[in-house]
Amino acid sequence: MAVWYSLLLVLGMSLFVYLGAGLLGLQAIFGIVVPYAAILVFLIGFSMRILGWARSPVPFRIPTTAGQQKSLGWIKPSKVDSPYTTWGVVGRMAMEVLLFRSLFRNTKAELTEGKLAYGSSKWLWLFGILFHYTFLTIIIRHLRFFTEPVPFFVQALDRIDGMLQIGSPVIYQTDVILVAALLFLLIRRLVNPQMRYLSLPADYFPLFLILGIALTGIMMRYFAIFKVDLLSVKVLAMGLATFSPTIPDGIGVMFYIHLFLFSVLLAYFPFSKLMHLGGVFLSPTRNLPNDSRMVRHVNPWNAPVKVHTYEHYEDDFRDKMIEADLPVEKQA
Amino acid sequence: MSQAPKPEELLRVSHIPPKKDWMDPRVDLIPGTWGYPGKASSLETLGLPNPREWNPTDEDWKLPPNWKEIIHEGLKERLEKYRSLKVFLDICVRCGACADKCHFFIGSGDPKNMPVLRAELLRSIYRQDFTMAGKILGTFAGGRELTEDVIKEWFYYFHQCTECRRCSLYCPYGIDTAEVTIIVRELLNLIGVNIDWILGAAANCYRTGNHLGLEPHTFKGNIEYLVDDIEEYVGVRLNPTFNRKGAEVLFIAPSGDVFADPGIFTYMGYLMLFEHIGLDYTISTYASEGGNFGLFTSQETMKRLNSKMYAEAKRLGVKWILGGECGHMWRVLHQYMDTMNGPADFLEVPKSPITGTVFDNAKSTKMVHIVEFMADLIHHGKLKLNPSRNDYLRTTWHDSCNVSRGMGMFEEPRYVLQSVCNNFYEMPENTIREQTFCCGGGTGLNAGEFEYLRMMGGMPRAFAVKHVQEKHGVNRLVNVCALDRAILPPLMDYWAPEVSVSGLTELVANALVMEGEHDRLTDLRGEDIPGMEGDE
Repeated sequence: MAVWYSLLLVLGMSLFVYLGAGLLGLQAIFGIVVPYAAILVFLIGFSMRILGWARSPVPFRIPTTAGQQKSLGWIKPSKVDSPYTTWGVVGRMAMEVLLFRSLFRNTKAELTEGKLAYGSSKWLWLFGILFHYTFLTIIIRHLRFFTEPVPFFVQALDRIDGMLQIGSPVIYQTDVILVAALLFLLIRRLVNPQMRYLSLPADYFPLFLILGIALTGIMMRYFAIFKVDLLSVKVLAMGLATFSPTIPDGIGVMFYIHLFLFSVLLAYFPFSKLMHLGGVFLSPTRNLPNDSRMVRHVNPWNAPVKVHTYEHYEDDFRDKMIEADLPVEKQA
Repeated sequence: MSQAPKPEELLRVSHIPPKKDWMDPRVDLIPGTWGYPGKASSLETLGLPNPREWNPTDEDWKLPPNWKEIIHEGLKERLEKYRSLKVFLDICVRCGACADKCHFFIGSGDPKNMPVLRAELLRSIYRQDFTMAGKILGTFAGGRELTEDVIKEWFYYFHQCTECRRCSLYCPYGIDTAEVTIIVRELLNLIGVNIDWILGAAANCYRTGNHLGLEPHTFKGNIEYLVDDIEEYVGVRLNPTFNRKGAEVLFIAPSGDVFADPGIFTYMGYLMLFEHIGLDYTISTYASEGGNFGLFTSQETMKRLNSKMYAEAKRLGVKWILGGECGHMWRVLHQYMDTMNGPADFLEVPKSPITGTVFDNAKSTKMVHIVEFMADLIHHGKLKLNPSRNDYLRTTWHDSCNVSRGMGMFEEPRYVLQSVCNNFYEMPENTIREQTFCCGGGTGLNAGEFEYLRMMGGMPRAFAVKHVQEKHGVNRLVNVCALDRAILPPLMDYWAPEVSVSGLTELVANALVMEGEHDRLTDLRGEDIPGMEGDE
C-alpha cells in the first residue's frame, strides 16, 4: 500500500501542475511563488532542525569504537576508527560522509544447511554512493542556469559528465546512473521481503519524487516532444536568483512539473528522513573521540542522586564485618 | 534446558516476515522469550515507581492510571537531555543495513528484532506525538498511537536487545539502537515495567555492593575459599586484604567471578597475579561489584551504583583503581564514570609500580583495565610464564561487545593470550573484533526463563566457535567478560559441545610460575594438566 500511495501522490502532483501551469496558465504561481516558498521552507526548516538537535546536549561520550584504542605505547592505535584526537574525528567523519565508510562494511548473513555464512554485500553502498554523487553533480550542473558567466567548474563538470559523447544532445552519464541507482533502491525495497516489511510511505515517497524530478528532466532534454526553450528557462532561473523574477513565454509544462517536484522535495526535506544530510554530522557515536578515560567530559545536567554511602553500609553490616575481621570505621 | 527446543528445530528459523503489518503492536508472549517481572521488594529498595505483583501474561499489567502521561513526559524529558536520542529518532532512512546484523534477528527471524524496526517501535510513537508531520498525517507519516499493547510490545522487544551495538557499527549514520533500548527501558521503569533479573541484581548491588547480594563476611569468605583452592592446586598460600586503608591500588572485579564457575578461576588468577608481582592492593566489600546493572535500568541507577567505586577509593586513600574482566562494567567505566561521578582528583594518574608505565589513556578516570595492566607486565618481562602448561588448550578469542565496540580493546587481550598459550586460532573475520557477536545474554537477559531465545540469539556466536572447533580442534573459548563466562558455557553445550569457557586471567595464572609453588599437576579447575602428570 505504502508504495502505491507514494506513487499516486507524485503522479497526482504532476497532474496538478499540468492543470495549473499548463491548462490554467498559472505559470507565475508555479514558476515564482512555489519555488520561493519552497526555498524559504527548506532554509528555515533545515536550520530549525539542526538547532533543535543542537539544543539537546551530549551528556556522555559514546563513540562506537571500530578499531584499537590508544593505550600502551607499543600497541598501534587506530587513529580513524577509534579516534582520540580532533584530526582523528575529522578523518572518521570525512570517511563517513564522503565515502560512506560504515555502509561499506555491510555484510549479508545467511543461514543455510545449519551453517551461518557472511558475505560481503556492497550493492547498497555502491548504489547509495552513486545516487548521492550523481545527484550532487546534477545539482551543481544546474548552476549554469543560475549564473552568468557560468563558473569554470560548472563548465568543466558539464564537459566531464558528457564525456562519452553519445548522440546529440550529449548524454550525461550522471542522468543514467542516477535513474539506475534510484531504481535499484526502489526495487530493493520492493523485492527484499524484510525491506518491504519495514518500508513506510516516507521511504517510497522521496524515491518517487526524485525519480519524477529526474525523469521530467531527462524528458525535457532528450525527447523532442517535451523539449523546452532553454534560453527562457535560464531567463526564469536568473530572475529567481537575482530576486527580479519574470515568466518568459514558451516554457513547456514539463518544466513546471520538474520545478514543482523539486520544490516539493525542498519543502519536504526538513520534515523527513532526508534530514540525515544534516544529522549525520551530529551523530555522537561517530563524531566523538574515544578518549573518555583521558579527558573528562562534562554533562550539563549531571544531577545528584541518592547513593548508598559506606557509612550506611557499615551501619547495616557492622556486626558481621567485625565478626569476619573486616576493618570498620566505628566499633559497635 | 527445558524450554529450549533441540538445535535442529531452531535451525529451521525463517527470516521471511509475517503477513501482519508491523504497526500492529500485539505480541504473543512465547514462553522462554521473556523475563519474569521485577519483584516489588527490589523496586522498593531502589525507590523505583509502581512496585507491585504482576505478570506479563495477565491482561492487566496494573500500570499507574496516568501511565500515558508519564511515558509522554518521560520521552519529552529525554529528548531534551540526549541529542543522540533526538538525532537517532529523526534521521533513520530505514536502509536496512542493520537488519541482519542483530544476533536476535539472525537467530529468531522475528522481524521486530531487526534493529531498524526495534527502534521504529519507539520512533512511531515519537513521530505521532512529537513531530508536526506525524500529528497531521498520522499513520501515513509512520505514526502510531501509544496504547497498552505498545507498552507490552516494548517490554517484549526491548528486553530482546542486549545493547551490544553491533548494528551501530554498520549504520551509515551511526544510529545506535542500544541508545534507544536504554531510553525505552528507562521509560518502562517509570511505570514499573521491568524484569527481575535486572532489578533484583540492581537492588542487591545497591544494598550489599554486589549483584548476588553477598554480605561483607560472605564476600570475604568466598574469596578465602578461592585462596584455599589456590593453596591446594598451586601450593602457595595467599593473603588478600579487604577494605584496607592506604593500599596503593583498589581492585574491583565483577562479583560473578567471586562465586560462579568458571568465573572463580579467573578470580583465582587475579589473586595469583597480584601475589606474583607483589602488588600492594586491597579488595573492597562495599564496592564489591564491577558490573553495573543500573545501565540496564536508568541513567540515575547506573550513577548510583557506580558511585561506590570512587567513594571507596577516596575512603581507603588508594592511588588508583584496577578493574577486572567485565563487559558492561567497562562500558560504564570507560564511557560514563568520570562524567557521572568524577573528577577523581583525589587519585593519582595510574602508574604500574612494577614497570613504571604511566597509563596516560586513563589519566582522568584513574582506572586501568587488568588486561592493559597484564599486557604491560608481559611486555616488560615481569611475569615468569610457562605457556606449555596451556598446551592442552586450543583457544579462540571472543571479543566481548562492550570492550570492543564500547572501548576499542582488541590487541591487548590477543597479546596476553598468545603470550600464555601456544595454540590460538581466530574465528572468521566477520564475527570478531569490532564485528564481534554478542553471547546473547548481556543486559540482564541471563535469566533461566529466557533460555529459549538466548539459544537463538547466541547462535551466531556459537556457530563461529563451532567453525574453529571443526577446523582447528578449538576446545576453549576465552573472553574478558563475566556475563560471557556465565552465558557462553550453556550456549556451547547447546551448539558446540566440548568447548569450555574461561576468562583470560585464568590462563595467565595457569602459566604463571609462582615462587614456592609445588609441581603443577592440575590447572586452576583442579583438573589434570595433560602431559604434566608424568613430570618429575
